[in-house]
Amino acid sequence: MTFTLPAFTPAIPEMFVLGMGCFILLVDVFLSDRHRVVTHWLSLATIAATAWLTVTVAENAGLLTFSDMFINDSMGNVFKLFTYLTVALTFLYARDYFNDRNLFKGEFYVLGLFGMLGMMVMISAHNFITIYLGLELLSLSLYAMVALDRDSPAASEAAMKYFVLGAIASGILLYGMSLLYGATGTLDITRLGVHIAEAPDINIGVMFALGFIIVGLCFKLGAVPFHMWLPDVYEGANTPVTLYVGSAPKIAAFALFMRLLVEGLGGLRAEWRTMLIVLSILSMAIGSIVAIVQTNLKRLLAYSTISHVGYILMGILVGTTAGYQAAMFYVITYVIMAAAAFGIIILLARKGFESDRLEDFKGLNDRSPWFAAMMLIVMFGMAGVPPFVGFFGKLYVLRAVIDAGMIWLAVVGVIFAIISAFYYLKVVKLMYFDRAPEGMKPVEASLDMRWVLSGNSLAILLLGVLPGPLMALCARVITF
Amino acid sequence: MNPAMPTIFLIIVLAPLAAAVIAGIFMRFIPRHFSHWVTILGVAVSFVLSVYVLWQMLYNSMGNFNVTVYNWGVVGNVQFQVGFLVDRLTALMITVVSFVSLMVHIYTIGYMADDPGYKRFFSYIALFTFAMLMLVMANNFLQLFFGWEAVGLVSYLLIGFWYTRPTAIYAGLKAFLVNRVGDFGFLLGIALVLTYSGSVNYAAVFAYAPQLAGQHMQLFPGLAWSVPTVICILLFVGAMGKSAQVPLHVWLPDSMEGPTPISALIHAATMVTAGIFMVARMSPLFELSDTALSVVMIVGAITAFFMGLVGIVQNDIKRVIAYSTLSQLGYMAVALGASAYAAGIFHLMTHAFFKALLFLAAGSVIIAMHHEQDMRRMGGLRKYMPITYITFLIGSLALIAFPGFAGFFSKDTIIAAVHDSQRAGASFAYWCVLLGVFVTALYTFRMFFMTFHGKERFVVEPGGKHDHGHEDHASEEHLAPGHLAHPPKESPWVVTVPLILLAIPSLFIGWLTIQPVLYGGFFGSSIYVAPNHHVMQRLTDEFHGAANMVRESVTSPALYLALAGVLVAWFFYLYAPQLPALLAQKLNAFYQLLIHKFYFDEIYAFFIAGGTRGLGNALWKGGDGVVIDGVLVNGSARAVGWLSGVLRRGQSGYLYHYAFAMIVGLCLLLGWLLLR
Repeated sequence: MTFTLPAFTPAIPEMFVLGMGCFILLVDVFLSDRHRVVTHWLSLATIAATAWLTVTVAENAGLLTFSDMFINDSMGNVFKLFTYLTVALTFLYARDYFNDRNLFKGEFYVLGLFGMLGMMVMISAHNFITIYLGLELLSLSLYAMVALDRDSPAASEAAMKYFVLGAIASGILLYGMSLLYGATGTLDITRLGVHIAEAPDINIGVMFALGFIIVGLCFKLGAVPFHMWLPDVYEGANTPVTLYVGSAPKIAAFALFMRLLVEGLGGLRAEWRTMLIVLSILSMAIGSIVAIVQTNLKRLLAYSTISHVGYILMGILVGTTAGYQAAMFYVITYVIMAAAAFGIIILLARKGFESDRLEDFKGLNDRSPWFAAMMLIVMFGMAGVPPFVGFFGKLYVLRAVIDAGMIWLAVVGVIFAIISAFYYLKVVKLMYFDRAPEGMKPVEASLDMRWVLSGNSLAILLLGVLPGPLMALCARVITF
Repeated sequence: MNPAMPTIFLIIVLAPLAAAVIAGIFMRFIPRHFSHWVTILGVAVSFVLSVYVLWQMLYNSMGNFNVTVYNWGVVGNVQFQVGFLVDRLTALMITVVSFVSLMVHIYTIGYMADDPGYKRFFSYIALFTFAMLMLVMANNFLQLFFGWEAVGLVSYLLIGFWYTRPTAIYAGLKAFLVNRVGDFGFLLGIALVLTYSGSVNYAAVFAYAPQLAGQHMQLFPGLAWSVPTVICILLFVGAMGKSAQVPLHVWLPDSMEGPTPISALIHAATMVTAGIFMVARMSPLFELSDTALSVVMIVGAITAFFMGLVGIVQNDIKRVIAYSTLSQLGYMAVALGASAYAAGIFHLMTHAFFKALLFLAAGSVIIAMHHEQDMRRMGGLRKYMPITYITFLIGSLALIAFPGFAGFFSKDTIIAAVHDSQRAGASFAYWCVLLGVFVTALYTFRMFFMTFHGKERFVVEPGGKHDHGHEDHASEEHLAPGHLAHPPKESPWVVTVPLILLAIPSLFIGWLTIQPVLYGGFFGSSIYVAPNHHVMQRLTDEFHGAANMVRESVTSPALYLALAGVLVAWFFYLYAPQLPALLAQKLNAFYQLLIHKFYFDEIYAFFIAGGTRGLGNALWKGGDGVVIDGVLVNGSARAVGWLSGVLRRGQSGYLYHYAFAMIVGLCLLLGWLLLR
């Protein structure tokens, strides 16, 4: 038996993040609290360097390594770059928040980097084992991050729920994978796709495996009825952690959908389409309707996420290239909007004041007209009002659905978009037409956060005015 | 071809608009007299240039102009442009319009002297002139429609000028709504033209017209209609609204609620002539359909005769003239229907002069009577206001087509043309227009005698407290009707000068222009008549000069019918004034029919207005209130809110509930896969 070394080059960004994660962990031990900011900047530098490495080693045609378990292709690289961007935004927004609360420790950054590594592995996975490896790395990091504020009962409860439910979902996914291995004899995604395309008849084992895998994936994405963890985790975790949980992992989960369902199980499109239709409608319905009665903005955004997941699924279930492209556009723009939304909550929060209730936004226009306008952009963007980018996300998805002949589904989507517009507009109404309660202090935040957050919000407008380049990018990397 | 011409056309149209804008927008900043000077100047510029254009056409043999000045928009292959088609028809129209408008402007200085809305009024009438000029100078259907609607809008503003009077508001609204009905047909007609010919430009449409002739469309399944017939009838529906043909005539008598100058402007030069002009302009289309022309002729004949009958029983001096306008518009429509477009336009022109004269003279009487309009409280005014008396007499003689006066030449030509016409319905129309002559003479001289002759039926109460300015309205309000503070007197020069200026063409215009306009090929290519429809051709052969025409009238029944009408009027209203009441009693059913104007208003008010209101009420309360607001809007919001409250309970916070939901979801998915 000979053992040849695999090609390491395509996976250099992952190895770099792993190394830097360990390095930062060590460095942080020797830093006093006064110098903790070194960790902060070091983490950001790591992300920047990773991005540079990713671009450097990018293989557009797709290059397999590690016995075909790992792939470096253009779709994965674009996903990764947006993941870096969101994680970097999270780190930037988090600094002041944790500083105010004596939580400014190295753990958040190290866990964040390892979570990012997990996402990178998920995105680049080409084998069920790698997928599972990345997924668990991400999940375990997330559980720990949610529990970061260990003195907060809400955070501990949320972490506990997340952990238990996540474990169940992992088990379900793993079980589905094992069934699939039993039925087809392979764990490689390409070979699986070939096998299913060539198989004369699909046996019940494969079908069950499909069901289990979809449940596992939908748990990560947060589709109804596997969404229960979402509101509790969003509300219970510290806002920067919520931002982390609510943004970048959606990109990774979407990548999993692409790799597993589309590449691997694309032959079963007719089967998973019906399932996803049900899940998509349920997600839009529950997300839109239940959000209306929420009084906590983080919880509201959790339901809004569920509703957006419905639209992402809608793009996937179409099963056409245009549909996947639209869904990818939707995921990326959604993540940008979510980052801005949570960023504004973090910005308004102070020590002892989370600013995550809707009433905390009353009269924001009097306190900070600029950030009220930014929040307005975010809310309009999420509601899908032109010219903000959310409109084009919905437009592309609905167009793909209509082109596939499922007009009724598009109508359902529009109806729930209208319902969800209510609570986005409610936030706008509170900011502009209600008076601020007595004793609210003006907004204070560090300069870099103000600039980055403004840029993040304005990007929603800019991408809405010029959606072409991003859509072209999605069209270039998604070709199946 | 004069390169300056397009600029001249633009100035003709834009001068009144600019004046209207100045007088209207800067109303608060300009003195009173400035508002009338600027508008008069604007309209005078239009008039002078119009005369110049007409002069160039007539004596320097200037050809037709079809110029586009502005490209407004392009939709698909259809271009929407602003442009002018100026041929002899247009040149004649703009001259008449701007002349009458100019007279009305001058007259208004005197008539509206005390009105608080003085500047607003001048702004409106200048705008009215602009709209009408746009309409007649258009070279495409879109611009025609713009002018059409603009005329409708300003007429609404002007009829309801005294917006504190409920009757004026009602009349304005009525005019607007009835015109909407006509406009609906008009717009459909334009849409059909666009559908079939692919253009809204006159030249393109007329060039396409011959291809239209054989085409058919299915309005109802299984029933093929000739396309030109449908188009022309729809266009004529629009003309029926604007030119007040039965059954869309009901707004015109009510429009008397507006100030008298505006009545003159609406009835003589703008607005009502638009429909007649439009049909003449569309002659290449109308000539394709005998059916449509028959419809035009019959509708016109009904209007001409029956509306004249209603005029006999009116007591309001302005209303009598209003019904006479209806009747005369009927004559014009009959001429159009007989393919004698030139005669129709000729009558339009002569009518414009003598009708403006009659209205302004009536206004002069009204001023003298301190805004009393009921003829039963007038009488014997001859000796108080000689200029008004003479000019009114000239107008009346012109109206009844007394030989030699303007109306004679045009109306007799129409009667002769209808007599010669072979079209279906022509004999009916002939009897209508012939008997209409008698009716016209009857109501005209009834009005004339009641106003200027006979006993003075007003009471003069001279005395201390009424001994102040004739302009002071407030003091006259408390006088009983027919009671005057001081004797009536002749109106000021701003009123009488326009009367005299209008009396001159009422006397001579027919005499002077019948030869060139009707028989000299004046209209040339601007009016198209199919070879087999050429009634005018035969009349041309019989025509031997205006003087001969007057001489030959001795042998025509029309003259004797007119004389009979005058005689009857004299007998009933001067010789035996107690007879009309007696006759009304004897013929009560007929009298009631006339006094209620054939019950058109009642039927419309009950069925159409009432039905619409009922439907609107039902839709509002039932449809909008209950279904849309109650069930759909508030109901769905409430349902969503309720559902939201229910569904949130699913989020119980218990971990095992969450896990259970996941397992249930998994089982359902697997179950579906199994049972599929």
